[in-house]
Amino acid sequence: MSSNINFDMTVFARRKRANKIGLTLSMIAMSIGMTSLIWILSILFIKGFSAVNLNMFVASTPAPGTEGGGLANAIVGSLLLVGSCTFISTPVGVLAGLYLSEYGDRSRVASLTRFVTDIMLSAPSIVIGLFVYALYVAKVQHFSGWAGTIALALIAIPVVVRTTENMLRLVPGSLREAAYALGTPKWKVAFMVTLRAAQSGIMTGILLALARVSGETAPLLFTALSNQFFSTDMNKPMANLPVVIFQFAMSPYDNWVSLAWGGSLLITFTVLGLNILARVVFREKVQG
Amino acid sequence: MMSDMKTMFDLNKIDSQGGKVDTTNQHSEQAAINALEVRNLNFYYGAFQGLKDINLDIEQGKVTAFIGPSGCGKSTLLRTLNRMYDLYPGQRAEGEINFYGQNILEPGQDLNLLRSRIGMVFQKPTPFPMSIYENIAFGVRLYEKLSRSEMDERVEWALNKAALWNEAKDKLNQSGLSLSGGQQQRLCIARGVAVKPSVILLDEPTSALDPISTGKIEELINELKHEYTIAIVTHNMQQAARVSDYTAYMYLGSLVEYGKTDEIFIKPKRKETEDYITGRFG
Repeated sequence: MSSNINFDMTVFARRKRANKIGLTLSMIAMSIGMTSLIWILSILFIKGFSAVNLNMFVASTPAPGTEGGGLANAIVGSLLLVGSCTFISTPVGVLAGLYLSEYGDRSRVASLTRFVTDIMLSAPSIVIGLFVYALYVAKVQHFSGWAGTIALALIAIPVVVRTTENMLRLVPGSLREAAYALGTPKWKVAFMVTLRAAQSGIMTGILLALARVSGETAPLLFTALSNQFFSTDMNKPMANLPVVIFQFAMSPYDNWVSLAWGGSLLITFTVLGLNILARVVFREKVQG
Repeated sequence: MMSDMKTMFDLNKIDSQGGKVDTTNQHSEQAAINALEVRNLNFYYGAFQGLKDINLDIEQGKVTAFIGPSGCGKSTLLRTLNRMYDLYPGQRAEGEINFYGQNILEPGQDLNLLRSRIGMVFQKPTPFPMSIYENIAFGVRLYEKLSRSEMDERVEWALNKAALWNEAKDKLNQSGLSLSGGQQQRLCIARGVAVKPSVILLDEPTSALDPISTGKIEELINELKHEYTIAIVTHNMQQAARVSDYTAYMYLGSLVEYGKTDEIFIKPKRKETEDYITGRFG
């Protein structure tokens, strides 16, 4: 009997030791992650904060050699690009996700769509930029805001498709059955019950897709390019934050470099804000 | 009617083995009308046979309870009555289910229309993600075009039917999910009643509820049976005894005994039924 208890104690001691080691390892991993995040944020803040002033939001990017200047054209350009990308990717992504979850299910077309979407999700964004360049920019012979929008949408759509599908799959089958039991036709079940039940999860997915594309640089290099002047013409090259940061950070002019830091800070906090918003939206669902 | 009676006669004879046939239910003041008549029903989940040669009648304006151990096919039987199984590939039913004379297992049935005539309430409350008002209006709008005021009346009527009006009248615009579990289940019943079906199927409607909510739902069933035909699946034998007029005892996909609830519970004809009801089962 006593040997049994002794044996139990060694097992217990070993488990405690294993627990300690595991906990230590994960604490180390956590602190590495946290440190780098805080490091990035603080450097961004230190270097970028001085560039953030009213001028940054009203003046356009400065010409080489001139003093001052701001990022107004790039900010407006980014908003236009990301905004129109949302208009395209939301309906396409949500409808495709709805198809995958409610209609296609395990059919061949659905499996193929899922497979392609997964490839698109992990496709290097520069490839997508090149693709739009070859298909659109090279054909019309000029860079444009629309080309940038298409490239961003191609990146956002797979994100929206997969989150929509996953969120719809979380809706319990009993809810669908309850709707069918009233004599509801299938499309109404899908659009008015299932989609509504997954609403906030899908919203979260859209916001996360937005956060993802708002920092994308590579696909815009070959498509929207950039524009030194203020322009809202989607058919012309369009200034945007990521590309301006890319160009300015490598420039020899101090005021450009400073603006690049300011722009980085702006983008980072926008993405952070979008992520927080996404979490709040999602939490409301859980409570609702 | 005669042919129905004859079938019933045969059915009882088969089921009771002893040959004593109970036909008293056929001799009540008015001739009984059957809302649903199940004939030689076999049901398959892929290769597995879930129901074996079921024959029974569900009388109009009465409560019929299906009892039996888990997996005996009572829910399966209920789900054939509004063809809920049709949502899932690989499930199929053979035989006949006559809904006021119309065989609903025949191909070419309008299932949405059928389900609007034969409503269903599930084990777990399933309010739609919309307001209490919209939860009820949703189903009504599918088949009727009502003015705003007519719809208001219908919603109030349905909530009254489900004994929920007093609790919900001040928060019709709040989410249906904000109600308690028992209230949600009554909302689901109100939603089912609002489309004015002729039959209501209840699939273990109280198994997720506390005793007080259960009591309310049972009172409700007693109220509703004056206007609707009700079929209820329950794990709770006392519940079957309390609320139903007829009881069907099922085991391993077969209908073991079917008859008036009083007789099934007081003097079951078959040993298996008696063992189950008295808790000596297995």
